[in-house]
Amino acid sequence: MSAAAQGTSKAAHGDVAPKKKKGPGALATAYLVIYNVVMTAGWLVIAVGLVRAYVARGSYHGLYYSIEKPLKFFQTGALLEVLSRVFLTWAVTHSVREVQSEDSVLLFVTAWTVTEIIRYSFYTFSLLNHLPYLIKWARYTFFILLYPMGVTGELLTIYAALPYVQKTGLYSVTLPNKYNFSFDYYTFLILIMISYIPRKSIGRLHFPLQKSAIRKTGYTG
Amino acid sequence: VVEVLDAKTREQLCFLDKVEPHSTIGDIKSLFYKLYPRWYPARQSLTLDPKGKFLRDEEILQSLPVGTTATMYFKDLGPQLGWTTVFFAENIGPLLIYLLFYFRVPYIYSDRCAFTSSPHKVVTMACVCHTFHYLKRLIETIFVHRFSHGSMPLRTIVKNCLYYWGFSAWLAYYINHPLYTPPSYGEVQVHYAMVIFAICEMGNFSIHLTYLPAHALIRFPVPSKNPFTWLFFFVSCPNHTYEVGTWVSFSIMTQCLPVAVFTVLGFIQMTVWAKGKHRAYVREFKDYPAVRVAIIPLIL
Repeated sequence: MSAAAQGTSKAAHGDVAPKKKKGPGALATAYLVIYNVVMTAGWLVIAVGLVRAYVARGSYHGLYYSIEKPLKFFQTGALLEVLSRVFLTWAVTHSVREVQSEDSVLLFVTAWTVTEIIRYSFYTFSLLNHLPYLIKWARYTFFILLYPMGVTGELLTIYAALPYVQKTGLYSVTLPNKYNFSFDYYTFLILIMISYIPRKSIGRLHFPLQKSAIRKTGYTG
Repeated sequence: VVEVLDAKTREQLCFLDKVEPHSTIGDIKSLFYKLYPRWYPARQSLTLDPKGKFLRDEEILQSLPVGTTATMYFKDLGPQLGWTTVFFAENIGPLLIYLLFYFRVPYIYSDRCAFTSSPHKVVTMACVCHTFHYLKRLIETIFVHRFSHGSMPLRTIVKNCLYYWGFSAWLAYYINHPLYTPPSYGEVQVHYAMVIFAICEMGNFSIHLTYLPAHALIRFPVPSKNPFTWLFFFVSCPNHTYEVGTWVSFSIMTQCLPVAVFTVLGFIQMTVWAKGKHRAYVREFKDYPAVRVAIIPLIL
């Protein structure tokens, strides 16, 4: 149930990531095509699964209670991750054209795409109550590689955007002005990069914690 | 006989077999505290149902719906601070922080602006208003307010202080900035805003005074001869209404976007509080005036 809920929030982001990128490379395009195909198929299945999970919720109450707290905590982190991805896609990669040809973009897009493909096949199989151990293993194991890969790509992309933001004053408002307000996007991006340290270390813990919590209670999404 | 279980794990924490039927929850908390010195009474939350509302200290054991053995559930509320202390900390911060910006202490703005003053009269007026507002709140904390709970968890005070102090720093920064732009409609705008500000502050103070007399706690507040209290005809929490008015007028006076943001957020929070109080009144008093709404006359 919690896994399905996580699916919806991340699914919302999923619509955004491939849409914006008119970037270069046949390789990136191929990944995105696969990604879209998986997304379209998976979304319907997930919607059905949500209804089923909701109806079944009553009987799972006891089990859920014991994993409720850590999962709730990390769900909020997961939501922040989603928001950060939307931010990265629109407010950084889309807005700063010079960044779109950077390798770092390919790095995080690849990491996200592979993660999502594994994750949606995981949900699909779970909902059909036939989860091959391989998929489950792949999801938690690949995470160990893909998560740092994604984070690195994101950070490098923001870093690459910095000089252009400073030069052009993108999304920035300076004094003096009628409403006595200012905003420096350059400083804002730096603060975002700093915030990666606490946010991502929590996110890094999400899966190993979820894995052990699920193992302890025998609860399967 | 009273049995106390942990609300989360349901394990038995203690078994009190010498409890008189006329003991209060406060007495039980004291007994519990003797067994668990770490959890002083203010930290204890005792309920009859694990998910239920906590029992007030004044409640008497024999008036509760329990049998010969009363089972209660305990939750640790965390370290507590007196409500007065919390309120004091929340308000002293903005008062002093704003002044730091008004007098332009070094390192906030560029070096050559240190300790200079703004040529605009409105900047000084804004400082007077802001300072007055928080001085009034501090005085009210000491002499006027009656708080419903005795204490508040430590984490809340940190969160609240960060919010109030942070916002006051943010808006003070712009109002007292060397590049501050005075309001578009000049003196007229500032003077009208100041008049509304003064009215709202007086109104707010009048409402707080009505909460003082003891009988106000038994019946709901009603309008008196003081015209400022006539807002009671229309709303349950006119003190919040006036407070919103204060900040709206301050936003207009300074024409500063961060002030407007603070006003909007404050409005949302106060509406939540006002609606809660309104619902409590309606539930408790069958003859509660039907025309009253929570915070904005005839609307909200």
